[in-house]
Amino acid sequence: MRILEGKGVTKHFGGLAAISNVDFYVDRGEIVGLIGPNGAGKTTLFNLISAALPLNSGVIRFKGEKITGLKPHRICRAGVARTFQSVKVFGNMPVLGNVLLGSLFGTSIGMSSADATKEAIESLEFAGLSAVSATLAKDLTLANQKRLEVAKALATKPELLLLDELVAGLNATETAQAMELVTKIRDRGITILVIEHVMKAIMSICDRIMVLHHGEKIAEGTPKEITNNQTVIEVYLGK
Amino acid sequence: MDLTTVTSKRLLFLGLLFLVFILLAFLPLYGSVYTVILVTAIFMYIILTVSWVIFSGPTGYISLAPAAFFGVGIYTSAVLGKVLPLPIVICIGALASFCLALLVGALTLRLRGIYFSIFTLGLVLLIQQLLLWYEVRITHTRGRFVIVVNNTTIYYVMLGILVILLLAAYLIRRSKYGLALQSIGEDEEAAAHIGINVTVLKTIIFAVSAIFTGAAGAIMATRWTYIDPYIAFNPLFSFLPVLMAIFGGMGQFYGPIIGAAIFAYLEEVLLTRFPYYYMLIFGIILVVAILYLPDGLVGLVQKWRKGGSARQHADT
Repeated sequence: MRILEGKGVTKHFGGLAAISNVDFYVDRGEIVGLIGPNGAGKTTLFNLISAALPLNSGVIRFKGEKITGLKPHRICRAGVARTFQSVKVFGNMPVLGNVLLGSLFGTSIGMSSADATKEAIESLEFAGLSAVSATLAKDLTLANQKRLEVAKALATKPELLLLDELVAGLNATETAQAMELVTKIRDRGITILVIEHVMKAIMSICDRIMVLHHGEKIAEGTPKEITNNQTVIEVYLGK
Repeated sequence: MDLTTVTSKRLLFLGLLFLVFILLAFLPLYGSVYTVILVTAIFMYIILTVSWVIFSGPTGYISLAPAAFFGVGIYTSAVLGKVLPLPIVICIGALASFCLALLVGALTLRLRGIYFSIFTLGLVLLIQQLLLWYEVRITHTRGRFVIVVNNTTIYYVMLGILVILLLAAYLIRRSKYGLALQSIGEDEEAAAHIGINVTVLKTIIFAVSAIFTGAAGAIMATRWTYIDPYIAFNPLFSFLPVLMAIFGGMGQFYGPIIGAAIFAYLEEVLLTRFPYYYMLIFGIILVVAILYLPDGLVGLVQKWRKGGSARQHADT
């Protein structure tokens, strides 16, 4: 069943087509990888889905309903949460406060503050941050800040989670832990669309991968198909 | 610190607060007229500062609109004071400021940083000049007389507005909306993507903070007896709250209150003792405070307390 679907999605920045006429879909329960060279338009696509940017044309549907034109907070409450490539945690707030905002404002039902606190504590536990819940977010390590980004997003009780470069800047051990976290999230029944540069990381966890290049979708398939795809190899390694 | 010391400290604090309130509530009975007028002025500055901090403190949107809301209150009082009883005039002044802030907020809160500040300052000057044009061209009389109210009444009204404001500011700060405002100040984009309706929240809090500024203007006008657009929409009332909040320090709830109180008292003392050098001395104090007290008086107190507790630990 399609949880997210885009048709003819297009975004121009001046004369530059950052995303041109891209069709895509994500099925419920999948982990879908989004890869491509720098400037391929991956983050732009995330920004279009989460309404950080308006589309020039095309339509995006979530659970069959059109979400293009909605404000970011409405998209979040509808069940689409995202993280940011450059971590955007609320640095001068304790870790718990960061996550609490998600459960207080981001859920579709609207919780009482007691329930929201419970939900926030649970999200922190899930992301392995219980020990630092009183620490200011800016004092966390990068790995933990990235975990906090995930915990914030999870606290909004999403059905679809958009992860933008979860492991960029992390070492091998931290990368492995982050990937483990991603599969744990999927096991909770949350669908995941993930942007990643670290091929090893993405190949191991994704059910399906889409490749963007110069704003166009050039390939799509299982990790194995993608690694053997001639166009993809040319784009990444040159002819 | 264990729970009993925390509770007893809290009780002590509440007791002190209550004592201060009682002392202030009966001030007109035992204080001189001069004291009552001085404390009224201090109240006014605290109201301007705290209501500015409600919105601008956590969000970091430096609003220079207080003078506009204050002026709207003043003019409401000047126009309606002769025909309506005082409580209603004050309510209308507050409501008019609220509506203006709602409109301005909805139009301009998408502007960020310096653009927002300049626009809000422009608003003050725009209203001032429009009114001036109206008075000169249409009514052919510049300025108005305001119905005088006795000092004690002004004092109590000001105290009432202040108490309600402090309660409101405290409740907003402690609520989930206080947390959301802080997140807007930290990263507005992230705040929107975590489900906060940033536009509506900003606009409403901006408008709520204007209620108190407008109410203070409405009652303060009655003490000035004569007002014109330059007096009512004086940009100084936009800058002073910012300075006082910085002077006091915005890290703690009491910072802006103490900042405004000391600032207002200082102004009065300097003005009466050194009428010719007052602005000069005032300016020097401000420069020194901003250079050496980046976190305001609150920062100084906290540094001192931290230093004190560190010494205690070193002793044991």
